[in-house]
Amino acid sequence: MDLSNVAIVGSFETDLGVVTDRGPMALGVQATLGAIADAGLQASAIDGLITCNSLVTPVMYHAEATAEYAGLTPGHCLSVGTGGGTTYTALRYAAAAIQTGLATTVVVSMADSMRSFMTRDRAMAVQSSSGHPLFEQPYGPTVPAYYALIARAHMDTYGTTEAQFAEAMVSSRAWAHLNPTAQYRERVTVDDVLASKPIADPLKLLDCSIVSDGGAAVVLTTLERARDLPHAPIVLKGYGEGHHYEHISQAKDLTKSAAADSGKAALAGAGIEPADIQLAQLYDCFSPALLIQLEDLGFCEKGTGGEFLASGATRPGGNLPVNTHGGMLSHCHPGNPGAIFGLTEAIRQYRGEAKERQLAHLEHTLLHAQGGIMSSHATVVLGRAN
Amino acid sequence: MAGVDQLDQIFFEGVADGQLRVQQCSDCGAHQFYPRVVCKHCGSEQLKWISASGRGRVASFSVVRRGVSAEFEAPYIVALITLEEGVTMMSHLVDVEPEQVASGMAVRVAFRPVGGADIRPVFLRAEVS
Repeated sequence: MDLSNVAIVGSFETDLGVVTDRGPMALGVQATLGAIADAGLQASAIDGLITCNSLVTPVMYHAEATAEYAGLTPGHCLSVGTGGGTTYTALRYAAAAIQTGLATTVVVSMADSMRSFMTRDRAMAVQSSSGHPLFEQPYGPTVPAYYALIARAHMDTYGTTEAQFAEAMVSSRAWAHLNPTAQYRERVTVDDVLASKPIADPLKLLDCSIVSDGGAAVVLTTLERARDLPHAPIVLKGYGEGHHYEHISQAKDLTKSAAADSGKAALAGAGIEPADIQLAQLYDCFSPALLIQLEDLGFCEKGTGGEFLASGATRPGGNLPVNTHGGMLSHCHPGNPGAIFGLTEAIRQYRGEAKERQLAHLEHTLLHAQGGIMSSHATVVLGRAN
Repeated sequence: MAGVDQLDQIFFEGVADGQLRVQQCSDCGAHQFYPRVVCKHCGSEQLKWISASGRGRVASFSVVRRGVSAEFEAPYIVALITLEEGVTMMSHLVDVEPEQVASGMAVRVAFRPVGGADIRPVFLRAEVS
């Protein structure tokens, strides 16, 4: 389905990192209204609002509550909750609503405060909601442990090393060092990662993403309307999803994910190849997730993700800049909204506002997010409007 | 046990009897785990329970160094075990030092309390014949 008649016209990020003066709902509202203002629109122009629920303070009607708080009265509200992949599936549903005439101008808004507003009870509830309640959770797997199972399988199958996984954080910090809004900005070496605290072998603390507060939102509308708005429209050129399993114990292959399906569909929709991508904003919740996405999305051969990371290709000056904002390993990861900052950074890159991180040439961006344990995948290809 | 329906109950009754029960489809012959009302391979509802051999191999594992809660004292070894019947399940490896564990290692089932709670299937290192 041709998506290129839908454009992203507004974008906004709240304060990020450690934000103690505003909770999840306030951040989400700030993001929503900020994105509408950035698009040069009045609140009355918004007829659709899609949000992801908060893990910290979940509410039954999240999008509706956000609209109420913000003083919006949209014709369509939808709260989504597919975990990390939420952002890009929501983007697709927003685009579909616009394409089918259901709505004309839709905000996708996400925020949470895992760092500053999480209670012990909620943290336990969230932890125990990952994994099969009867056949996985009773064994006490932590979220890092699930990804450790994947990392171990990749090491056993392809000879990937712990030092190669460590390159994910080295690359992330090299970018985050250039980004004033990143929560952690100090450069690290492979040895720093290897020497960090063991969490779930083979993963160490610096193989794991951070815990943050923050929110962001984007505004989508028809390309026709976008022509009259302040920012050059960015269009959705391709989209794909893939869902092979939900629980890790049901995975047929621990080292190959449904990112292969979602990536293929998104690139086919855009009519391009992986080599045509100048910026990849990927889901780096844990180092093995990033490594496997690089393979499954076609940026390198299966089994060579470790070498690819170690080559420096993803770092500043590399052939495939990945997560120029610093990603969830360093920049911001408030929970479900984690991937939206990959999108807002891409928009910043298209607008030429990324300062020290600015890429010289940017036509196509690939955005990828996943939910579950490498389970549920969504890929978007962005481009400039013709 | 909370959240256990009648189908799951058959599995846990097996555990109480020292059996590792998995489903087998009477139509296509495939095994599956966890318990379902339909065969995930062919859609048949003609499913029977068998007692698995309890033998399998480590598909992957992680030594958890920071436990999920006070009930789980680190380190402990979470593993994915592929049974001889072809199904994979999450479990613990017990009575083995982390350094001794490798993927592909042969294991056999035992039944022990896990996380200070109910008795569950866990796996021991097996002597390979």
